[in-house]
Parts: sequence; structure tokens; C-alpha cells
Amino acid sequence: MDKLPAWADLVLVPLISLLLAAVISVLVILAIGQDPWEAVRVMVQGALGSPYGWGYTLYYTTSFIFTGLAVTVAYHASQFNIGGEGQAQIGGLGVALVCLALPWPHWTLALPAAMVGAALFGAAWAAIPAYLQAKRGSHIVITTIMFNYIASALIVYLLVEVLRPAGQMDPATARFPKGAALPTFHDIPGLNLIFDAPVPANVTFLIAVAACFAVWVLLWRTRLGYEIRAFGKSERAAVYAGISPVKVIMVAMLISGALAGLMAINNVMGEAERLLQNSAEGAGFIGIAVALMGRNHPLGVFLAAFLFGFLYQGGAEMGLWTSIPIELRLLLQGLVILFTGALDNMVRMMLVPFFRSRRAA
Amino acid sequence: MPSANTQGAQRDTAAPSAPPPAIELRGISKAFGPVQANKDISIRVMPDTIHGIIGENGAGKSTLMSILYGFYKADKGEILIDGTPTTIPDSQAAIRAGIGMVFQHFKLVQNFTVLENIILGVEDGALLRPSLSKARRELKRLAEEYGLEVDPDAVIEELSVGHQQRVEILKALYRQANILILDEPTGVLTPAEADHLFRILDNLRAQGKTIILITHKLREIMEITDTVSVMRRGEMTATVKTAETSPEELAELMVGRKVLLHVPKGPANPGETVLEIEGLRVTDADKVERLKGINLTIRAGEILGIAGVAGNGQSELLEVLGGYARATGTIKVNGQEIDLTGKHSDGQSRRARGIAHVPEDRHHYGLILDFSAWENMVFGYHNAPEYQKNAAIMDNAGIIEKTEAAMEHFDVRPPIPSLPAKSFSGGNQQKIVLAREIERNPDLLLVGQPTRGVDIGAIEFIHRRIVELRDAGKAVLLVSVELDEIMSLSDRIAVMFDGQIMGERLPAETNERELGLLMAGVTETGGAS
Repeated sequence: MDKLPAWADLVLVPLISLLLAAVISVLVILAIGQDPWEAVRVMVQGALGSPYGWGYTLYYTTSFIFTGLAVTVAYHASQFNIGGEGQAQIGGLGVALVCLALPWPHWTLALPAAMVGAALFGAAWAAIPAYLQAKRGSHIVITTIMFNYIASALIVYLLVEVLRPAGQMDPATARFPKGAALPTFHDIPGLNLIFDAPVPANVTFLIAVAACFAVWVLLWRTRLGYEIRAFGKSERAAVYAGISPVKVIMVAMLISGALAGLMAINNVMGEAERLLQNSAEGAGFIGIAVALMGRNHPLGVFLAAFLFGFLYQGGAEMGLWTSIPIELRLLLQGLVILFTGALDNMVRMMLVPFFRSRRAA
Repeated sequence: MPSANTQGAQRDTAAPSAPPPAIELRGISKAFGPVQANKDISIRVMPDTIHGIIGENGAGKSTLMSILYGFYKADKGEILIDGTPTTIPDSQAAIRAGIGMVFQHFKLVQNFTVLENIILGVEDGALLRPSLSKARRELKRLAEEYGLEVDPDAVIEELSVGHQQRVEILKALYRQANILILDEPTGVLTPAEADHLFRILDNLRAQGKTIILITHKLREIMEITDTVSVMRRGEMTATVKTAETSPEELAELMVGRKVLLHVPKGPANPGETVLEIEGLRVTDADKVERLKGINLTIRAGEILGIAGVAGNGQSELLEVLGGYARATGTIKVNGQEIDLTGKHSDGQSRRARGIAHVPEDRHHYGLILDFSAWENMVFGYHNAPEYQKNAAIMDNAGIIEKTEAAMEHFDVRPPIPSLPAKSFSGGNQQKIVLAREIERNPDLLLVGQPTRGVDIGAIEFIHRRIVELRDAGKAVLLVSVELDEIMSLSDRIAVMFDGQIMGERLPAETNERELGLLMAGVTETGGAS
């Protein structure tokens, strides 16, 4: 009875949620005595008004797609993977080790190898909490959070004590060989006509788009995805059907960790070209919001990742060019997460009577 | 009868010789969007009677009662309580009008005591102690008057379902209800608990309460009610005196066509032994032995019915056979022993051995309610080669096509494969499960509570299908708490009590009384404990 038509659920609810977040943001900007229209203008201009802006927005989008997909895959197995941040950092370690292992002659060789490294390391980092959940019943939310901290500490230790080249001051690995550098949009023939200056967005974006499609196929077209979704909806029914909970939890979390790890291709290999501390920069957490807003569907994840990419880049520009403090970017993101994620049902409930009375009429 | 007057509701009605109906509904209509849940319903419930309202799931019984209890507002029509037109905008008003409701799903605070639940919402003043001692006195009186004994200091979650229901009734009586509405009260009760409930209802009627009993079980209607109203598709199709009707007539009124309450079936023609169980033991997580050495055989072409009160090991037996509980002992299927503890003791291995399983609880086991009908139609068989396009990808289009055929074959309505399982009625959900398990042509079909929460019309269909499977030379293990169902379907009946088989009987050579005694653990007549 309390059901909205599909289009309202998928389009109208997120739009109204976004609108509410925007209205409150405008009020806050007014309250601190700034001009909200100026803020909007700078954000849109900064994120989408130039090839340069697009180059950053799509770069962030790429990272958020991976972490959003990671949360999505785990979600369908009813596992809440909050460890995307740590898995992405450890994925970065995998990328760094692969890139530094050989004097790569060309990126087309380095990229597949680095992807394997990123995915394996990310998956391995998810494997331990997954095993603890599957076999010992330790709650995955708790363990994945703890593993974020462990990852962060481990990376710092490795950067300071092991991977830092002798004589280098900052805790980071050596720069990757030239042959491991991924082409950015500025380097790709054709695209470089639009992106006429160096931008961080790189070929990884295309891999992210492919990953969206792959995740969709996995979840809705394969036996494995069927088992993941069945288990996620009802563990008891899954056991009745002979689906092994241990297998589903392990496999879903390994795929989730691998996706989070793959994010490192974008930031570590594609942008920084060396491994730094805190390389994921919170993208792992943004992934949770992206998956929530994207209704745990790859297409939704893609759109939500783009929205957050826009907020990230636009917010940075706003901090740069207006007297609005950059912290307001956090407020914007927070409001979007609050309304699209946490208060999603509030908007839905407000809409239900409207649709009910309309149908009755 | 004094109670009709305690409400003081006869103010404006003359005719003291014939008391007005305790409840009269006139022309009640209610629509939800395009669905007309109640169409111009009129009903008169006389005081001091038990009035049954019977109808299939979705016939509009619950909507009607929700209107009476103030949950919904009727689009049209009026409500008269003891002859006085009354508006009931919310449940508080219903309580003030002397109406008490006992819901199918209890509304009790699990970790409160009985007393605390009774006074919840009707405490006098800020301090609990006066209310509690008042409630304690009142509870004692109610217990004596109506035979409603419950320990006032027991915590709800430690009470049996039957006792929890008594607390719900006490709650209503404590709020001075004169009219009690019970919505499918026996759905959650064991037969013994149901019997006890009926004795309580009898008492309440004798003490001048009016009771509305909503149910879809014909037997209950025949057993306890004075008058019965039949609903079908939102309309009240008939109101008759119970003494002047028969289950067959009521079934026909409910479904709108003639219904066979007992599926005709010929004599069994048993063949080879399909299932052989020896010394089967199951110990649960709390180290309680649930099955204490079960021995059973079923041959091809026969239905073995397992009778018993719920919770005596039938579920565990099905779980072990279905491959999702560990056990010791031996089980042979077609002469080959199956793995009970190791790698091959899962649902997939069982299905590979030709065992199909319609689980007792279709909502939590048999179906994924959020999955579409076609996704559910391969659930458990999703690894079968005919459902695959290639090594990794499932043949969704092919599955949808097969689902369409199966839905037609099993008369699932509406026959829309993409509809989520939760959108189907109970009977149609069960048909989906049955279609899935039977269409695979198993050697052995395990069926648990095949008609729980299923409409009468669908019951006939489901029973027919089970008998057809038997006639096709398959073995069927039927577990049901409905003794009628066991008696009419089984070729042999085994009675379970406390994890043991108390005995086997042939349906023609036994009766409900003998089975009832076996179900209570009494092996020889006269040895009742």
C-alpha cells in the first residue's frame, strides 16, 4: 500500500532529497553572511564550467565509483563493508609494489599488472574481516572499521621504514617509472582537443565505467550474483536452498575489497604516481554515501559518484575563490548524505499520501 | 443480561424486549486506490453471541475490523454501538465504546511482565505502584470470572503463545471491553491451546460479552460461533445461523463455487522403498535432543503423514532430510545412504538425490519475498544446467518462459513472472513453491504445512497436486499440524511426540481421538498423564 511508483522512487525521491539539502545549504550560507548564488555559480563553474573542472570532477568520480561499487556488492550479501578506506589504501600498496617492481616499458603492460596487484591487496585486506564474520560471527562493521586504522598504521610504517628511498624526506615511495604512468585525458588523442591542459582524470575512468557494467552483470546475470542476493535477502532461505553462507560472505567481501582496492589505480597510479600516506583521502567513506544514494545499483552508483565528484571539486573551488570557508564543502556533503541516505524514508513517506490520493482520485 | 446495560447505551432506543445489536454496521464502504476493500457492508452482531466472520485472505475481513477499531476511516456508512450511532476516529474511541481487539500479531512489550503490559497506556497517575496493585486485584477477579489464569509477574517473552494471547484478551477486558474482536486467533496456537481459547470464549459469552471471531477456518466457525457472516471480495455474501449451515455451504459462499473439502483419492499402490530412516537423532545448539531415534520408511507411491503438535521434532526431521540440520543415524534414499554431517549434507546435495522440499515456513525458507516469481521459481535449483546460458551467465529469459508455463500449470494468480513473491497471496505463494518443487519431478517430496495460511480454494488445488504426485509413483512425506489434512491425505500416519514416533496407524483404522492421545504422548488408552 505504501508504495511509490518506480519512477518516483528512483528519480523523485533523490531529487527532492537533494533539493532539501540545497535549501538548507543556502540557508547556512546566508546565515554566515555570504552570497549563496555566488557560491552556486563558483561551484558549477569550478566543477563543470571548464575542461579543467571536468578533469577534476571526473577524477573524483572515478574513485567514488570504485568505492561505491565495493559497498554495493557487499550490501547485496547483507554485509556492510565500511572498510573501503583501508582496502583502498592497501590496494595502493599493491599498486606501488607492482609499479616499483619492474622498469615498466609501457602503461598497457603496467596497468593490468597493477590492477591485479590492487585487486589482490584490497581483497586480501577484506578477507580477514570476512573470514572472522563468516566463521566466527565477528561483526563485519566493527572489524572493517578497525582494519581501516590498521591499514593506515601499516602504510605509515611501511612508508617510513621500508619503502621510503634512502635520503628522501617525506614518507612516500619512490616515484613510479615513466612507463607506469597512465595516460590522462590530456594525453589521449581526440580527448586532448577538449582537455587542453593536464588534468588528473585518466583512463581509469573508463575502467570504472566498465566495472559498473561488470558489477551489474555479476549481481543480476550470474549464478554467483543470484546466490549473493538470495543470501543477502534471507540467510535462512539461502541455507534451505543449499547456498553456503561462508562461501557467499567470503566471495562477496573479496569482490568488494578488490573493487575498493582498484580505486588505487586512479589515485596512486593515475595521479600521484607514488604511494603517499592516507592515499584514499576519505573516498572509502564517500563510497558508503554513494552506494546509499545510488540505491546499491551500479547505474545509481555511477550517478551518485558523479554528484559527489561535483561536490568535491565544486566545493574546493568555492573554498578557493570565495570567502566561504572550504569547510562548507563538508557541510554540503554532510547534508547530501543526511538527506539522501539517512532521511531517505522521510522524503518517501511525505510523498506516499500524495501518490495515494492521486491514485484514488 | 446485565452487561449490555453497563455501557448505558440503551438511552435512546425503545423496544426493551429485543435488545439492539451490540454492533451494527450499515453500508460500510472503503477503497484503497482502485481496490474496493469493503463494498456496502451491513452486519448486525447481537449481544452475548459469538459472531464469526469468515472469508479468504484478502476478502476484506481485516479492513472491516480496522474500520471498527478506528484504524481506517470508512468512505461511507455508519457504525452503531448498542443502537447508538458512533463515530470511531481512532482506537482510543473504540476502547471508550467498549470494543477490544486481539490482533493476530500480539502487541505486547516482550520484556515487560504481564501486569506491566496490562496497565500500559492506562496507568493512573505518575506512580506505577497504585496502578499495579489495582491491576493485580482486577486480574485476579478476571481470572476467576473467565478462567483466564496467567501469572501476573511472568515476563511476556517467557510465556507460551497461548498465554500471551490470554494477556491480550485480559488487556481488552481490563479496559472494560464488552465487545471483543479476535483476528485469526488460532493461527499461532497448537490444537490444545486453541481448545483452551474456545473454552475461554465460551465463558466470556456466558458472562455477557459479545465476540467477533475472524477466521478462515471452517472448523472453528462450526465449533464455536452462533452466527456467521461470509465475506468474499469485499462484499458480505451471507449471514447465517451456524446451526443451520454446513462447512460445505460456507466454503461455497466463501469461494463462490463448489469446493471439495476432501480430495478424492484412490487406494495407494506402494512400490519400492524410497526413504529409509534408522535411529535418527538430532541435538540442537542448546544440547537438547530434538529427535530421539526416529525410524521411518516411505515407499514409492505413498503418502506418509506425520501428525503431531508443533514443536515435537517434525521441523527438525524435515530440516535433516532437506539438508540443513546435522544429525546422526542413517538415512537411505533409493537404497543409498546420504551424508548427514559432512560436505554433502546441504540442500544442493539433497536436491541432487531427488529430494524436493516444500518447507513449513515459506516466508523465511521457501521463498525470497523480495525476489520476483521467476527468481523464486529456480531457487535451490539455480545451478541446474537447464537454467544456464553458459558457464557463468544464467538464462534469465529462459527461466521467465519456464516460469510462465509453471504458473499456468499451477494456476498461480496473477501469472506475472516479474512480480515479487511478496505481492502474491499466501495460497499463490505456496503454489509457486509447490510448482518449483514438483516440476523437478522428485523421487521424494517433503511437504511441511502445505496449506498454512492458504485459502480454501487453493487448499483443494494443493491437495490434489500432492495426491497426483503420489499417483505418479513418488514418495511423499507430509508434515502438518492440521489433523484433518493428515487424515484425508495420508496413506499411513505416524504420530510424533517429543522427538519420537509414538506409533503408526492407517487412516481407515484410526480416529482423531486416538491420534490426539498419541500426539499428547499417551500410548495406551487410559494411561493419560
